[in-house]
Amino acid sequence: MNRRDFLKAAAGGAAVACTGGAQARGNLEPAPQAVGMLFDSTLCVGCKACVSKCKEVNGMPPVTLEGKEAWDWASDLSPKTLNVIKLYQHGEGNLKDQVENGFAFEKRSCMHCVDPGCVSVCPVTALRRHPVTGIVTFHVDACIGCRTCTTGCPYNVPHFDYDDPFGEIYKCQMCNQDGVRRIDNGQITGCAEACPTGATLFGSREALMKEAKRRMALKPGETYNYPMGDVSKPGSYHEKATPAYQDHIWGEKEAGGTNVLHISAVPFDKLGMPPLPERSYASISEGVQHTLYSFMALPAVALAGLTYVVRKNLDAPAEDADAIDDKGQEEDKS
Amino acid sequence: MSHYQPVERKVFTVPFMVLGLIAMVGLYFLAQRFIFGMGAVTNLNGGYAWGIWVVYDIVVGTALACGGYALALTVYVLNKGRYHPLIRAAVTASLLGYALGGVGAFVDMGRWFQFYNILLPWNMNFNSVMLEVGLCVMTYILVLFVEFMPAVFERFGRKDWTHRLNKVLFLFIALGILLPTMHQSSLGSMLIAMGHKVHPLWQSLHLQPLLALLTAITMGFAIVIFEASFSAVGFARNTETKLLSGLGKGIVGLIGAYLIFRFGEILLRGKLGLIFAGDLGSLMFVIETALFVFPLAVLLSPRMREDGQMLLYAGVSLLFAGALYRFNAYLITMNPGPGYSYFPSFPELMVTVGLVAIEIMAYLVIVKKLPVLPKHARA
Repeated sequence: MNRRDFLKAAAGGAAVACTGGAQARGNLEPAPQAVGMLFDSTLCVGCKACVSKCKEVNGMPPVTLEGKEAWDWASDLSPKTLNVIKLYQHGEGNLKDQVENGFAFEKRSCMHCVDPGCVSVCPVTALRRHPVTGIVTFHVDACIGCRTCTTGCPYNVPHFDYDDPFGEIYKCQMCNQDGVRRIDNGQITGCAEACPTGATLFGSREALMKEAKRRMALKPGETYNYPMGDVSKPGSYHEKATPAYQDHIWGEKEAGGTNVLHISAVPFDKLGMPPLPERSYASISEGVQHTLYSFMALPAVALAGLTYVVRKNLDAPAEDADAIDDKGQEEDKS
Repeated sequence: MSHYQPVERKVFTVPFMVLGLIAMVGLYFLAQRFIFGMGAVTNLNGGYAWGIWVVYDIVVGTALACGGYALALTVYVLNKGRYHPLIRAAVTASLLGYALGGVGAFVDMGRWFQFYNILLPWNMNFNSVMLEVGLCVMTYILVLFVEFMPAVFERFGRKDWTHRLNKVLFLFIALGILLPTMHQSSLGSMLIAMGHKVHPLWQSLHLQPLLALLTAITMGFAIVIFEASFSAVGFARNTETKLLSGLGKGIVGLIGAYLIFRFGEILLRGKLGLIFAGDLGSLMFVIETALFVFPLAVLLSPRMREDGQMLLYAGVSLLFAGALYRFNAYLITMNPGPGYSYFPSFPELMVTVGLVAIEIMAYLVIVKKLPVLPKHARA
């Protein structure tokens, strides 16, 4: 008898899940005026001027090695380093942008995802994607320090400062956090401004995507006039022969795409980029969550069903009341 | 009159004192964590943001505390009243287990001094699985507290309060079944957003909540078997083998369903080869699966099921199976990318061990002072 009630409640729940619950969403679209950067690994000479400039803009001390302070010795992102140049090396490591016996530079900083995992998973909205620029910023007043953002970031970008008893999350905010606001003030990011070769270029995602595609279309060896600074109004240019680019713009599609795009002559997995599908994990996670919790309808129906069944069973004698002294065999009375 | 009674033993025994010492060590390192920051005590880093404080204290700990949930389902939904004698002990253990989870979450919270932000509606991000877990676990601890109250009222002879509570108890029992269903499945959903960092054998995406829920309920039943058997040995009480083997039959269905969905997902997504890859992932998968299959074999055999000792082995194996499933997914085979590794530091381990010691001490005090364990003739 109560099995029928249970099934009724379950069926009601299933109905809610099927009707009101079809909440799965696709990837988010880029913000209307998304700004970002284009990092061209083949132009980077590893001078780390961008790392130093980033420290200056964000008021962070340089990382030193055995007391030596030449630019910056940061080897990876940390609470004190929001932008870092990493080195790929293979074999003798003397051929630039070659996989075999070669080397290449890779910039690591927040990719400013189009569909950011950190924003999706943060329970207290301490990470926010700007509705117009798409810049992903951190808001310490809301943060509880649970670090779910770190786990939800495909690139391990948000870093919690474990050495500070009152630590917080540190990540690149595209030089547009309160107190800096370079983008709002019409400036470009510190790293793009400092880059002497145009390896880091600032601009709208749209313009940068066009620039990246233009470079993809070039024939290796062909000379090209590389812009520096801001892609829409370059401060200067420099002419250089085109390298053999990989036909891959990182950030065009990866996990819904990013506002910071990377191009390179070395495959991205060699540069330490993660294996990402086109569908963002955030969209899958939110789809599951909103299917189960849409307007709390499913939990409400379940609670109503449970309340009814529990109340009835508390009043009625147990189904197995006469079986208590039995041999421990369950008797179903349906 | 009552079906429960306190165990008439003294509280300050040698094991209790040893637990106290362990607790002191844990509290010492815990003090360091709050004074000098988490880095002084833990090996957490930019790749491994969650270590054993999250994975043991919360993810595994609350699953181990699902005894109250699993028994409530049996007694109040499936109406199997004969399991009622076990329920107070199960609710007590659940309350303590979830309290450990709550304390663990607070200790692990980098900005604990503004934890209240999660309760402020304008901060809430309803896309976040973590929000659901946080709010749901907090509410469930309150519900468990209410469910535990009858034992306290009985101890102080307040029948009037028991009477009043009984009028609304059905609502708390219903919540006590709904809430763990929600957050135990969410503890699986949390892995979805971790994406590629979770080993493919454990990254079941849409199935994460179902697999987490099924294993949480099996762990709930297993802990009831474990606690009842352990109490029987430790306090020289009658075993409840007959009762427990009945639970075993329910567990069979749950493990069966779990294995079908688990292997079905691996098969359909073409990940079967990873089981035979011969790396850490395949090794852990084989161990974990064996720990699930052993109790299945025991519980399927009517002869072994009636054997108290085999039943205990099956229960323990199932606890390890569910715990290892969580450890594997969240930590052991989790790979955030090149350049990061994690193994808990000694102080970090001791904080967890110390908190568990306090949990066990609290359990011992409660069963000796309050009518929680079923009444028995002395063996």
